[in-house]
Amino acid sequence: MTGLRLTLDGVCHAYRDLTVLDGIDLTAEPGEVTVLVGPSGCGKSTLLGIMGGMLKQSAGSVVVEGDIAADCLNPLTYVFQDFSLLPWRSVAGNIELVLGRCPDRVARIAEVLALTGLTEFAGAWPRQLSGGMRQRVGIARALAVRPACLLMDEPLSALDAQTRDLLLDEFSSIIARAGTTTIYVTHNLSEAVRLGQQIVVLSRRPGRVREIVRIDRPLAGRRARDPDLLAIEERLWRTIRDDAAAAERERIDVPA
Amino acid sequence: MSRLNGPVRFRGSGFAPRDNAWASAGTLLGLVALWQIGASAGLIKSLFLPPPAAICAALWHLAVSGELWRHVSASLIRLGWGWLSGSLFGIGMGLAVGLWSAFRSPGMAVVAALFPIPKIALVPLFIIWFGIGEGSKIATLAFGVFFPTVIATAGGVDNVPRGLIRMGQSFGLSTWTIVRTIVLPGSLPAILSGFRVTSSIAIVLLVAAEMIGAEQGIGAFVLSAGNLYDTDNLLAGIVVLSLLGLIVAWTIGRLERALLEWR
Repeated sequence: MTGLRLTLDGVCHAYRDLTVLDGIDLTAEPGEVTVLVGPSGCGKSTLLGIMGGMLKQSAGSVVVEGDIAADCLNPLTYVFQDFSLLPWRSVAGNIELVLGRCPDRVARIAEVLALTGLTEFAGAWPRQLSGGMRQRVGIARALAVRPACLLMDEPLSALDAQTRDLLLDEFSSIIARAGTTTIYVTHNLSEAVRLGQQIVVLSRRPGRVREIVRIDRPLAGRRARDPDLLAIEERLWRTIRDDAAAAERERIDVPA
Repeated sequence: MSRLNGPVRFRGSGFAPRDNAWASAGTLLGLVALWQIGASAGLIKSLFLPPPAAICAALWHLAVSGELWRHVSASLIRLGWGWLSGSLFGIGMGLAVGLWSAFRSPGMAVVAALFPIPKIALVPLFIIWFGIGEGSKIATLAFGVFFPTVIATAGGVDNVPRGLIRMGQSFGLSTWTIVRTIVLPGSLPAILSGFRVTSSIAIVLLVAAEMIGAEQGIGAFVLSAGNLYDTDNLLAGIVVLSLLGLIVAWTIGRLERALLEWR
């Protein structure tokens, strides 16, 4: 298996007086898809930011280990919720930007465009593309740098349900083929069970690891409405709901 | 209770103004025609406002004699250097103010303190610093163009979505690459809007600077004609300035269309 191992030890994060994450211990294994789920505001995206080196934790450590392939240009690579495409660059131009002076950039652009089905749109402006196509450009851009770890921050949440479902299938086949370590943040539990090999449920703020669920089934065989996956989804939902109910009880019990 | 029966009334019109080059030209030509008709009918006395035909004749005379090009070329050189240097320094300072904390507060304090000063009031000072020649005139223009350019550029940088900059950082792009490929193109619409303002400011300052200690240039020509109450030539000079403004605005419009095709 390729990819990096990310180990988080006692990671905490606070925005001034507001504690967002509290003592997160977690290991993302090489080549595995780790999905972070939890209620809104539990710090999923903050945790992803810390794992990718875009945010500094208040306490604890994040250690990355593993071999990096010679052709990898950016070991920890993000895929953003809002696509983050430069509107003044074409599809190919957006991918080219992150390849710098890489000698085989033309071949790489052609390869990832073919992989994401965007070859015909290489010269299009981002504004000319649908939301789903824009996110495919985001994926193509991320894959072009041959990452050792993909960090995906709710990449499907800005899309309609139909596009989401189609892209989910594409994601799982691309991730399975690339074999990179993937950290995937979502609030959608059906996405979590379709993609996750390790699903980390975070509690309400301050986010703590509430439960870790493992699904040892290959990504390729997972389908929507699979009874086993639906059962896991139901279990995850119960965990999140019970946590929310407990937090609500605590709020009522504590006098103002 | 009331009852509806009939086609749905369309309510989505308006709030989408469109450019119409013919309407622009037609309005200007219409005003000139009215002016000429008023003068020909004796409603407007030529002593107070010479008719367009007289101004055209004056312009023709100036063009044929070569005097027009002598003044226009002197003005264009000053305008070019003054606007270009003010814009380049302004963009540089605006980027620094927009990007780095070390420049932000000091830069904005300097801009806030110096921007409101009437630049004409500083012309005598510039003459002492740079001499009576071209230096003082170009400095007046550059100084006038610099501050609005700083404000437009810094505002443009502030409006570049931070998510795009974070994207660049997440892919490990260097600071220079982020500035060149994300910040500068992202702030270009604001910079080009600033150009529209600064080009007009530059023309106003050009005339003012040329009215103090210049022998050639549209400003000097207008001042000389005014001193002699030669209203035909005075207005001919003003028409040239107006045409200059139109050409500059058209050029910036073309530039916007070419550079902001992605919008």
